[in-house]
Amino acid sequence: MTSKQCNDAAEALDGVLFDGMTIMAGGFGLCGIPENLIAAIREHGVKDLTVISNNCGIDGFGLGVLLENRQIRKMISSYVGENKLFEQLYLSGELELEFNPQGTLAERIRAGGAGIPAFYTKTGVGTLVAEGKEVRDFDGDLYVMERGLTADLSIVKAYAGDAEGNLVYRKTARNFNPMMATAGKTTLAEVEKIVAIGSLDKDNIHTPGIFVDRLFKGAVFQKRIERVTTRPREAGANV
Amino acid sequence: MAWTRDEMAARGARELRDGFYVNLGIGIPTLVANYIPDGMQVTLQSENGMLGMGPFPYEGEEDADLINAGKQTITELPSSSYFSSADSFAMIRGGHIALSILGGMQVSAVGDLANWMVPGKVVKGMGGAMDLVAGVKRVVVVMDHVEKSGAPKLLKECTLPLTGARVVDLLITDLGVFETNRGRSPLKLLEIAAGVTLDEIRAKTEASFEVA
Repeated sequence: MTSKQCNDAAEALDGVLFDGMTIMAGGFGLCGIPENLIAAIREHGVKDLTVISNNCGIDGFGLGVLLENRQIRKMISSYVGENKLFEQLYLSGELELEFNPQGTLAERIRAGGAGIPAFYTKTGVGTLVAEGKEVRDFDGDLYVMERGLTADLSIVKAYAGDAEGNLVYRKTARNFNPMMATAGKTTLAEVEKIVAIGSLDKDNIHTPGIFVDRLFKGAVFQKRIERVTTRPREAGANV
Repeated sequence: MAWTRDEMAARGARELRDGFYVNLGIGIPTLVANYIPDGMQVTLQSENGMLGMGPFPYEGEEDADLINAGKQTITELPSSSYFSSADSFAMIRGGHIALSILGGMQVSAVGDLANWMVPGKVVKGMGGAMDLVAGVKRVVVVMDHVEKSGAPKLLKECTLPLTGARVVDLLITDLGVFETNRGRSPLKLLEIAAGVTLDEIRAKTEASFEVA
């Protein structure tokens, strides 16, 4: 078997990208985004992308750089409020947008990766989200049918991984990454550190290696913070 | 005098009960955390994947991997746990969260909520709001009673696209508190802010309501 471990993002992406493809990108805001893979996709220039991601980065960082380079044709997201260019491209008709409630988006991806073509949820019943979709009564409550989601490529970011592709995420940087890892025809993972096989706690692996096709240690992790919020130190407190 | 933002948040905190798992929205709802009574155990859920949110970090101790749903840096508690977005919304959709307090643009007499979209204006998305109102056991909305223009926000029917139909249990505005009860009983004014008159509330409310 060839090794899953690659040297960098460009090597991981080799032969994977094509115009018009669908890409899932992990992260919530700028937290837990595969920033090295995003940069390499921008470098490659592949276009007409449909991108499935909870948000679309900010101007100049995260998926925002693919917007700037006009590589994205359509976004499937739950919230895109942090991005001026996004708004501009959307209002001018250059960018298509499909809003999904955040939990519905997460579950669509989980379902897609688990081979479940559709499911029913209460979320969105009686709203624009349910328009054109089957609504069904279960035990006296109404539910809307939502379809599972898969992608040609999933790009995820983990904290640590081994050559088998086992991944561990850190704190709230986990977010959409584990589901997306399961839902890509090809899944690429960038990690902050590659550890020796056997050194991850086998009871605490978040994404088992079967879901990961290639992984590499990211060259740079800027890990920008959108809203640095702090509290004052109490006077006399031990620091 | 109408209630201030902090007074509205303090009123929201009176909906908390010991042992509750709670999700707080962005804005005034976030301030509710400042009014959790001493000795009451309330666990805050953040829908991006955390239970047991701690306070904001001290300057210099921010962690890019640890943010809340408003993308602010936060800290963990000894009891905290982290999980995926799918698990997070299993908690929300599955009815495991006791209380959600969130902001609103419009609320209707039967407890419909609109808080995510103004057609023709900037469209940012609903985030987790639709899942929260559909799945959390009790939904409390905190919002100003009228728009900046003076237009009422408590309406017979919402004119903006809905976040959820018949989902709001209680509405706290700067003028008072209303029981909406998901439309299962007539809209009822429960409390009036100090210094506010019933006439003022009537003049600023489109929906008709009973007075408790």
